[in-house]
Amino acid sequence: MTTLAQLDRGQSAQVVQIARGGELAQRLLEMGVTPGVAIRFVGAAPLGDPLEFELRGYRLCMRRTEAEQIEIQLS
Amino acid sequence: MSSTVSLSTLRIALVGNPNTGKSTLFNALAGINQRVGNYPGVTVEKKVGRFKNVEQTFEIIDLPGTYSLAPRSPDEMVAVDVLLGRGSGMSPPDIVLSIIDAANLQRNLYLVSQVLSCGLPTVIALNMVDVAAERGIEMDVATLSERLGVPVIPIQANRGQGLDELKTALIKAATQSTPPDHDPFPPVFRQHADQLANELNRDRAESLPRYLVGRLILDNNGYLEHQLLPSETPGQREQLAAIRQSLAAKGLPVPAVEAISRYEWVAKILDGIVHIPDERHLTVSDGIDHVLTNKVWGTLVLLAVMALLFSSIFVLAEPAMNVVDDGVGWLGDSVSSLLPEGALRSLIVDGIIGGVGAVVIFLPQILILFAFIAVLEDCGYMARAAYLMDRLMAGVGLSGRSFIPLLSSFACAVPGIMATRVIENRRDRLATILIAPLMSCSARLPVYVILIGAFVPAHTYFGGIVGLRGLTLLAMYLVGIIVAVVVAWLLKKTLLRGETPPFVLELPSYKLPSLRTVFFRMKERGWDFLQRAGTVIFAVTIVVWALAYYPRNEAQVAEMVAAERSELESQATATQPGTPDYDRAQQSLAEFDQRENLDHLAASLHQQQSFLGRAGQFIEPAVRPLGWDWRIGCAAIASFPAREVVMGVLGVIYNLGSDLDVGSEGDQSRLQERLQAARWDDTGERVYNLPVALSLMVFFALCAQCAATLAVIRRETNSWRWPVFTFTYMTMLAYVGALATYQITSRLWL
Repeated sequence: MTTLAQLDRGQSAQVVQIARGGELAQRLLEMGVTPGVAIRFVGAAPLGDPLEFELRGYRLCMRRTEAEQIEIQLS
Repeated sequence: MSSTVSLSTLRIALVGNPNTGKSTLFNALAGINQRVGNYPGVTVEKKVGRFKNVEQTFEIIDLPGTYSLAPRSPDEMVAVDVLLGRGSGMSPPDIVLSIIDAANLQRNLYLVSQVLSCGLPTVIALNMVDVAAERGIEMDVATLSERLGVPVIPIQANRGQGLDELKTALIKAATQSTPPDHDPFPPVFRQHADQLANELNRDRAESLPRYLVGRLILDNNGYLEHQLLPSETPGQREQLAAIRQSLAAKGLPVPAVEAISRYEWVAKILDGIVHIPDERHLTVSDGIDHVLTNKVWGTLVLLAVMALLFSSIFVLAEPAMNVVDDGVGWLGDSVSSLLPEGALRSLIVDGIIGGVGAVVIFLPQILILFAFIAVLEDCGYMARAAYLMDRLMAGVGLSGRSFIPLLSSFACAVPGIMATRVIENRRDRLATILIAPLMSCSARLPVYVILIGAFVPAHTYFGGIVGLRGLTLLAMYLVGIIVAVVVAWLLKKTLLRGETPPFVLELPSYKLPSLRTVFFRMKERGWDFLQRAGTVIFAVTIVVWALAYYPRNEAQVAEMVAAERSELESQATATQPGTPDYDRAQQSLAEFDQRENLDHLAASLHQQQSFLGRAGQFIEPAVRPLGWDWRIGCAAIASFPAREVVMGVLGVIYNLGSDLDVGSEGDQSRLQERLQAARWDDTGERVYNLPVALSLMVFFALCAQCAATLAVIRRETNSWRWPVFTFTYMTMLAYVGALATYQITSRLWL
């Protein structure tokens, strides 16, 4: 499974699904991380974590462990 | 009064995502006609404002900024309850004013979709149209409004533009619009929801709003079920589970079905009417962000901002605090000169005026910190700071949000704890509140400085670069930090354990902060502190004053003074005139008779007689293993209102009088001399040595002797449980820490 945490800086992909349920999934869905949405990896924080992404015209950050729960398809 | 518009007040609920300029709009509409209150039982603040347009008056309620109306906790339930008019004596607002960011339409319209599902007349304020235009985003507002079925008014809240049009639209919407009937879900979902609604409402006196029925199916985290479905009615929860299963089987799993349906609806609404330039042209915000999240520059800027923030609350607040201090001193002196000596004067000067001073003294730091926080939040850097610091804080189970509150606590835990409202997650917020008082605040500094100056030798190492005194001071800060890390870790493993809250955070684009927003934020927090924490601090000061004043036996103290004088006299008569002994005895007699010294001795004796003094003597067996005599025990107890009081109390005990200024170097060295000279009553050995000084410092590094901190914890957690917990655990830690310090160092040192 390819996950969001594996993208290179500047690379884009399409979200397939969120692997883990619970509060994380609900939060991600509300923020627009839905199946099919295009997402771009902007870069990581200076200490290597969290990661910054762009989707739906805005910037979103999440921890690496959280990005690993999001399955993607390279576009 | 020929107006056709209803003259009764229009009630508006303001809803929006964070970072949309919601507060700016609220402040622009309501101006100074706003007040902050509380909803019962939750920590969310209730902001209500009033404004007028010609003859129509409006009451606007500012709901907490949110990305979604899917409540997971009582705090998040507030917005839903207000919109649906739930709760005793509540009715739904007349109109919902939904503010959206024109440069970020997709995610903002997700919340709009939920708002429309609530079925209330709605007006949309399309904010930051200038920012969107700057980014080359073009949109057809008229068609957008038509497709949404509600008025969409372009505004620039920070410049006050479009507000008149907005007010007109609000009046119009209240009088003529038909409430939206919005349901973006697939038919299967609707059927299930209809069926569930029928069944649930069959035996309910008041039917459940349709929006909540949908939520019951969608929100599978258990909170709403628990709130809305009484466990004694059998079968309802099982039915919900069955519905979710059936939906999942049809390829519509909860909670994803909501996001998918609503974002699909958003895509249809926006289809063909918004033009976003293909070629991402780099905006100013992108450029700034590129620098500010860069490895090197980002870290440097963050350090600089944090250093500026920290030194401002530390240094900038000081002159203002001195003014408060001097003002309180001047007022006390003036009142003293008007009133005869006695209990009333002492109550007014030391109790009441002192108590007011003890509250007001925190205002400069609070106002400065919240000015900073408001600027950082409003310009969009707050989220970046959390993003940059998250890795560091995640190590102890917290998130980047905890960084600024904890950093501020090194200046003072009071504003630091107030700043924890930026932490969304309840458990993280509590953990941060509970460890914030362990950061060595500025009130501990005089304790450290005086004791280190008196008892730590001025050795230097490495050619004078590193001094033992500096190292000791550093060690005191480290003691607090290390203990805080351990306590945070323990709390997250025990009392506050649970699933790691998601750190899914919007990084908003940068914008210029609005001065009005900053001003209102400062005013709001300052007032909140004065009203809610201030009263508790004031009450504590009065109680401690009474404990230090009563019982007051003037005659007995006079007798004791006389007894000491006669002892000095008998020593003097035993010496031969002309000898140095005689001269010395005569000199001490003359000194003793000086008015000032007599007063200081009487003050010291009164203190020993008071309830506090007796308590100090009573606990001596308990503090003896720490290397302390009863005087230190008494000072430690008396410093409950504030740590720095301990040095003042020691000053009174050692006959330096009650107006010792621990900030002045002259008074510091006078106190240091007395401490160095103090001896045990029984053995005659010196009381203070390095181990005792260290034990006392460690005690004050870890103890919770600060009524203001405890009062603010009570305010921020809405319960006495947490201040009691904080006081207990910190006092225990302080005692054990001081005990270990004394027992270990005294063995090494002797």
